[in-house]
Amino acid sequence: MTAAATPEFEVANERNKRRRGLLMALPAYVYLILFFALPLIIVVVYSFATRNRFGGTDLSGWNLEAYAKLGEPIVRDILFRSLWLAIITTVICLLFAYPFAYFLATRSQVVRNLMLVFVMIPFWSNFLVRNYAWRVLLGNDGPVSRLTETIGLGETTILFTPTAVVLGLVYGFLPFMILPLYASIERMDWSLIEASRDLGATGLQTFRSVTFPLSLPGVIAGSILVFIPSLGAYVTPEILGGAKTTLLGSYIVTQFLTARNWPVGASVSTVLMVVMLAATLVYFRKGGRTL
Amino acid sequence: MTAAVEITGVTKRFDDVVAVDDIDLTIADGEFFAMLGPSGCGKTTTLRMIAGLEFPTEGSLQIFGEEVGTLPPNKRPVNTVFQNYALFPHMNLLENVGFGLKMKGVAKQEATQRALAAIELVQLGGMEKRRPNQLSGGQQQRVALARALVNEPKVLLLDEPLGALDLKLRQEMQGELKSLQRDLGVSFVFVTHDQEEALTMSDRIAVMDQGKLLQVGTPEEIYERPANRFVADFIGQTNLLEGTVADAMTVVLENGTRVAAASDHAAGTKVALSLRPERAKLAPRDIAPSDGAGIDGTVAGITYLGNALVYRVALDWMEVEVRDENRPNADRLTAGDAVRVTWEPGAVAVVAE
Repeated sequence: MTAAATPEFEVANERNKRRRGLLMALPAYVYLILFFALPLIIVVVYSFATRNRFGGTDLSGWNLEAYAKLGEPIVRDILFRSLWLAIITTVICLLFAYPFAYFLATRSQVVRNLMLVFVMIPFWSNFLVRNYAWRVLLGNDGPVSRLTETIGLGETTILFTPTAVVLGLVYGFLPFMILPLYASIERMDWSLIEASRDLGATGLQTFRSVTFPLSLPGVIAGSILVFIPSLGAYVTPEILGGAKTTLLGSYIVTQFLTARNWPVGASVSTVLMVVMLAATLVYFRKGGRTL
Repeated sequence: MTAAVEITGVTKRFDDVVAVDDIDLTIADGEFFAMLGPSGCGKTTTLRMIAGLEFPTEGSLQIFGEEVGTLPPNKRPVNTVFQNYALFPHMNLLENVGFGLKMKGVAKQEATQRALAAIELVQLGGMEKRRPNQLSGGQQQRVALARALVNEPKVLLLDEPLGALDLKLRQEMQGELKSLQRDLGVSFVFVTHDQEEALTMSDRIAVMDQGKLLQVGTPEEIYERPANRFVADFIGQTNLLEGTVADAMTVVLENGTRVAAASDHAAGTKVALSLRPERAKLAPRDIAPSDGAGIDGTVAGITYLGNALVYRVALDWMEVEVRDENRPNADRLTAGDAVRVTWEPGAVAVVAE
């Protein structure tokens, strides 16, 4: 082989490798563009359009009227309520999941696998069914209510309140918090914790300055995996929330199907996507760096 | 004087496995003490018990006269340099070194000053802002050292600290550790599986195997007068010639040769003569041994080491190695030469199982 031939060969080889990679990714690309990117663009386009008098949408006359509607008290309240419930859900999930994930990561392999299966079991049944199950549990003469009555706490009336929605969301999304937390804690070098104790740190100091910072990628990943679907949740608020707790998901559906105001529905969807995108970016910047 | 570490009848069991089996050990203040043994011999577990990272199942463990048995690591006046250094990846060098002081609530300014001094001590000045992953293995090793020493421990524990370094760096660090220890006057307890490292650096060595403490002594005592067969074999190279004690001054080898060797074993005890390769000599067969002993054999092979030559000599019933300095103009033997393996009286040690 001559000296000059080598770089050329390598360049050609690299190029071929890239082409082969592209070819293999092509079906996925086509799928994503057709069924994900395109609909997304349509939503964004519609958010700048105008609703006509007959409930249709005029694609001429671009304006920001649909976005202006977001400032109205009703929509703003829904937006903030959704944000608030999503934040509460995320925090509660974190508080429940962290100790559990830590416990899990310190067990033997057999126990870990068994408990991970338990975490996954709810996924084996339908999300809708599980939400209806909560409705039965929390209902007027449901088991929870009967229990509180028996022990003298009176009837339980949390069904169709934000509390019930948070309960349902926490129940539904807890595994999404547990799994990344478990992964990041399990991967941690335990000798670092020993080193911290050896250097004079108490258990609490060690958690604050070593364990928790090192599990931060998992905390961020889990929080985003819970926060995003909670923010746009539709099924759970519909089933457990009742009429008074309209959230973003329901509002969007109403705008598209009932009010036939596609531009407003589209603009709320767009805002929601921007928030989620921002959250994802935070994740990749903060979490991705130390991953 | 109070001992730095006093271990009395300590046993450590993990479920059914006995990691450390009823050991007694005293480590003096200001001593460079090595714990030597093959992996799984219990040396690291012993170190971890001194650190407080494991608690003894039985026995008493005192540090400067204070019983520390089940005291957590943060309440002990010792610090550890971990095998893989265990530097905090999310902190820079200064934060790593200052960690212990911060945890103990030392004022920020003073903590920074002391941390900087410790970094200077291990010759890493100017790198305070770097993260552990931006440092080489040798530098990480120094950070780990500084991070432990900055807390002014009464005893510094080192768990195979040089294991991950390459040979050249390791030898350099051996010298530095030794002189650091002399300057600070603090006891260093050093765990290693490398017998050469232990011999070079330590004031005293404890040899362990299978959870048991086999011998404690100066490098010279351990090398010259090994307590048993395992120690003789583990420390340095040796030839073990099987035999039986005939009387207090004589051992009979397997082939019937009577060899003068003092021992306090009872007559009839199965023993081995430990003959170091560098203590054995090769002589022509026609010269009668002056004293000591001689066994006839044939040169089976030669290994050239540069500074020395190692002859493999086939005896009637086994092979022994004889090491000879590589001197100029010396008559080199070749394979097949008939020789006599001789040694001076007192050059061999008698060891039992």
